[in-house]
Amino acid sequence: MAERRAQRVKAEEELPVYLARPGTADQVPRQKRGGLFCSVEDAFDSKTIDFDALSVGQRGSRIPRTVKREAGQGERRSPAGAENPAGNDTQKVQICSSGGKETLQNLEDEKSDRLLIKGGRIVNDDQSFHADIYMEDGLIKQIGDNLIVPGGVKTIEANGKMVIPGGIDIHTHFQMPYRGTTTVDDFAQGSKAALAGGTTMIVDHVIPEPGSSLLEAYDQWRQWADEKACCDYSLHVDVTHWDDSVKQELDNLIKEKGVNSFQVYMAYKDYYQMSNSELYEVFTFLAERGGIAQIHAENGEIIAKEQGRMLQMGITGPEGHVLSRPEELEAEAVFRAVTIASQTNCPLYVTRVMSKSAADIISQARKKGNVVFGEPITASLGTDGTHYWSKNWAKAASFVTSPPLSPDPTTPDYLNTLLASGDLSVTGSAHCTFSVAQKAIGKDDFTQIPEGVNGVEERMVLIWDKAVTTGKMDENVFVAVTSTNAAKILNLYPRKGRIAVGSDADLVIWDTDAVRTITAKTHNSAAEYNVFEGMELRGAPLLVICQGKIVLEDGNLHATSGVGRFIPCSPFPDFAYKRIKARKQLAVLRAVPRGMYDGPVSEFSMSRGGTPSASARTSPTKQPVRNLHQSGFSLAGPPTPEDVPIRPPGRRIVVPPGGRSNITSLS
Amino acid sequence: MEDGVIKQIGENLIVPGGVKTIDAHGRMLMPGGIDVHTRFQMPDRGMTAADDFYQGTKAALAGGTTMIIDHVVPEPGVSLMSAFEQWREWADGKSCCDYSLHVDITEWHKGIQEEMETLVKDHGVNSFLVYLAYKDIFQLTDAQVYEVFSVIRDLGAIAQVHAENGDIVAEEQRRILEQGITGPEGHVLSHPEEVEAEAVNRAVTVANQTNCPLYVTKVMSKSAADVIAQARKKGTVVYGEPITASLGTDGSHYWSKNWAKAAAYVTSPPLSPDPATPDYLNSLLSCGDLQVTGSAHCPFNTAQRAVGKDDFTLIPEGVNGTEERMSIIWDKCVVTGKMDENQFVAVTSTNAAKIFNLYPRKGRIAVGSDADLVLWDPDVTKIISAKSHNSTVEYNIFEGLEVRGGPLVVISQGKIVLEEGTLHATEGSGRFVARKPFPDYVYKRIKARSRLAELRGVPRGLYDGPVCEVSVTPKTMTPVSSAKTSPAKQPNQPVRNLHQSGFSLSGAQIDDNVPRRNTQRIVAPPGGRANITSLG
Repeated sequence: MAERRAQRVKAEEELPVYLARPGTADQVPRQKRGGLFCSVEDAFDSKTIDFDALSVGQRGSRIPRTVKREAGQGERRSPAGAENPAGNDTQKVQICSSGGKETLQNLEDEKSDRLLIKGGRIVNDDQSFHADIYMEDGLIKQIGDNLIVPGGVKTIEANGKMVIPGGIDIHTHFQMPYRGTTTVDDFAQGSKAALAGGTTMIVDHVIPEPGSSLLEAYDQWRQWADEKACCDYSLHVDVTHWDDSVKQELDNLIKEKGVNSFQVYMAYKDYYQMSNSELYEVFTFLAERGGIAQIHAENGEIIAKEQGRMLQMGITGPEGHVLSRPEELEAEAVFRAVTIASQTNCPLYVTRVMSKSAADIISQARKKGNVVFGEPITASLGTDGTHYWSKNWAKAASFVTSPPLSPDPTTPDYLNTLLASGDLSVTGSAHCTFSVAQKAIGKDDFTQIPEGVNGVEERMVLIWDKAVTTGKMDENVFVAVTSTNAAKILNLYPRKGRIAVGSDADLVIWDTDAVRTITAKTHNSAAEYNVFEGMELRGAPLLVICQGKIVLEDGNLHATSGVGRFIPCSPFPDFAYKRIKARKQLAVLRAVPRGMYDGPVSEFSMSRGGTPSASARTSPTKQPVRNLHQSGFSLAGPPTPEDVPIRPPGRRIVVPPGGRSNITSLS
Repeated sequence: MEDGVIKQIGENLIVPGGVKTIDAHGRMLMPGGIDVHTRFQMPDRGMTAADDFYQGTKAALAGGTTMIIDHVVPEPGVSLMSAFEQWREWADGKSCCDYSLHVDITEWHKGIQEEMETLVKDHGVNSFLVYLAYKDIFQLTDAQVYEVFSVIRDLGAIAQVHAENGDIVAEEQRRILEQGITGPEGHVLSHPEEVEAEAVNRAVTVANQTNCPLYVTKVMSKSAADVIAQARKKGTVVYGEPITASLGTDGSHYWSKNWAKAAAYVTSPPLSPDPATPDYLNSLLSCGDLQVTGSAHCPFNTAQRAVGKDDFTLIPEGVNGTEERMSIIWDKCVVTGKMDENQFVAVTSTNAAKIFNLYPRKGRIAVGSDADLVLWDPDVTKIISAKSHNSTVEYNIFEGLEVRGGPLVVISQGKIVLEEGTLHATEGSGRFVARKPFPDYVYKRIKARSRLAELRGVPRGLYDGPVCEVSVTPKTMTPVSSAKTSPAKQPNQPVRNLHQSGFSLSGAQIDDNVPRRNTQRIVAPPGGRANITSLG
């Protein structure tokens, strides 16, 4: 074995330093404590994602894999790791002593972009393993054991703690203008709060006023965010009206501006709301261009009626908000959106799943094979709508958001379960905070209360506490719902949402044991109320690395305004469109070739109410018919005299990947 | 029976002389069928459905149906009253059996509301149909449907709905025509069953919001039936009406090479191309998730259909079924063991009579009930064919179907109208049967719920903190510096610890003293876990 090691070291010396130890990307299972779950040797050999493929210049390093692994393990077991510059044997002793707190080791004082996380347990959405991570220039350069790294590297000893990809908050409304005021959290404040909670990327919604240009609004948001954002960001664009010029702008946004997701509204009557026909057209358009259709699902027409009724009955407080928006209206709209999306063969993304019934509709649709994603938000996962009846107006008003939090107190638990089971796919926060004074615009009329709750900071912690510590999901699913799935939908995977060589250096070291109480006094948002006030949550980010820099350590935030980059998203994300494309090929409709009908034709007038014409009883040749009774409705029944393929071949018989979805409708 | 009313029931009855006696030989005697959905003599773009009231009711009687309820379809712009009078005139002149009328709401404004009130109070109409389909002709918006349902609830009537998403159908029709598909298969391709299910779901939601009983006409697909079944499990007051066609045949015929045959199946919502649909709907009918059966009998002959020979959207819609209804249900459900003879009576007659407030005058054999009876022969076998049917059209969509079970003797209004295969129907003998509002079968639950669904505001002190200024022109905004003077932020307010309380309402909470609408949300409604908040 010593011989082999010697050979390997020699080989490494011949390579440039970044390509040293070819194949270091292979993770090596580190024997931690053994027992039932101890790593099995070579267990990952045929299953592992090929990190080599993700990084350039390390091809061809795969042949000596098993050899290397044995070597690596041998190294770990042998007390003398002499060739290792970091000398991790001494630190290994510290693992036991440091007991939960990581030590930062600056080998040199020079501020550098080079970071090494040692001894962490890397958690991706598909597997967890022990390895060190080396980052440079904001990218992950190497993953493996005993990395050979240049000098001047800041080393972080993770002591076996989880290292997860930084969270992606796929739904925020920072700095959102609302009737002349703006949400209190701008991009600086908001993204700071995000980083404090372990979220290293946010996706904000651009909301153009109905009638105004989408591109202008997009540029405006870009400008705000570029100035202030402390972390990477991307943008959704909301489509608030529909005509040909909007089509062109959408085209432009998809092709040149890096936007691949567009939200439409089924609520806010006479303002943002779109009719069913418009939705159909928007969805058709997006399906052609490879965009994701996001939907704010509530039946705006009925809400308008219910609001009128509430106000008439004299209910003006925040409880009127939830009473006028019952969860059935949310479920109804989700159902309608799913139907239209299925007709147009467009991937659907339901923002803000707030109620059980809406979530049920989504999971049913997924079972039927529809391409639909559901996004519960921090608030719906963490709290419920009973607070709308609070005697404290300001408190009750701070919970106002649309769709409202469900008054059913079992909702958060239910949504967490569906999130764990995969029926709901991603989580956002819909962070959109207003101060009490702003909320008070609606003090005499709940319909005027600006809508939005906080949640960007609490999102990761809350899901950890509600879903992972309760045993609903494991750490891998946690990574999937907080980060990976979002990256996949936005087509940013594996750049974001994964710890792999070549990915962005957005990492979080997660402390599973920390306990924190959420309160408005300590949170990073500018709002006076926190909807999770007083909740005690387990789990917290210990260290947050964004763009390869440490932004949170020991509870201190070092966020820099304006460093956030815009990350363009490309259309046709595989995660959604692989299935869509396959279906498109299936869904070709064909006409039945028939002879011309040459019998008599009744007269008719398009102006209704004319005189009925005599019904000429001349029937064309009667044909022998299919005896339905005998065939027992089976397609394989006795061949009918008219040997027509009852269904055009290639259709309706093929089973789509998702199950029994109606192929007729996949178009 | 005497004077068209059942006078005595029992053994060894003492009857006056001169009585005609029918020996039933132990066969089943059941209440005459009620076909809740017919469209005889319906005008469509200058044409009229091939069967008028005479022809149609004759066919009904031949099939063992002794009462029909027809739909009045006023053209948009025509008053409900004049359309109603028109239909009365047609039916009184020609109908051979008792009839009643539904009125369709094809547009919505204040005048319609008043007319509905008159119809309910003075003219014996207690059911109104709204359309979610037929964009730009009959279709109403969600907001209008909400208003109609509210009015209907106040009047104590039944809201019927033609459930299809007209917007999507219109888009799909355009797309399919663009692809060059002009034959009848385009009809079913442009009316996919999801669109039907979506509309049913929407109608259920609106009905729930308005606390209005809902009746879904023409349940044609599995998914629509599923939505109804689910809604019933949630406690919604909703009834589903499959029709003879959806129970007896499927939509594979739309692909027939014979244009005239394919066109004969055109109806909306279309027959489902899934051949398992009839069986599924029969099962739901048997288990009570669907309650009543109609026929939606509205046949057009081939020449009339041919109006749409180059464009399927112009084909007049409607299929036959009033004559075949009872026999097909018997054959598909009773013979196969899905339901028993009592349930058969319920779905073909009694439930309809209950929903539309005709019970026990119709739908039951009891002293005082109308003498509308059928002597049913479960053993007779018959092959349905256009050659022998009583309708005037050239095609019968059940052509060649062999059914077991048929009426042997039919008695309508105390007179024998079918005996040994011969029909003695008298044109014009049918009476209009007026129906009263607030049928118990439907409204008992609705009434209980409306008492519960009272909403209350939270009594609070006035908010007296600062209020942000609002400009109505949002484009020119100077972001108001977020005044972080939180007035109502009472320090150290004890907060609800959600984590510890485990989301239980019974935990100690600061808002425990708030009357959380104490009559509400805790009481379980009769139908199950319906969300009481929404019963308004």
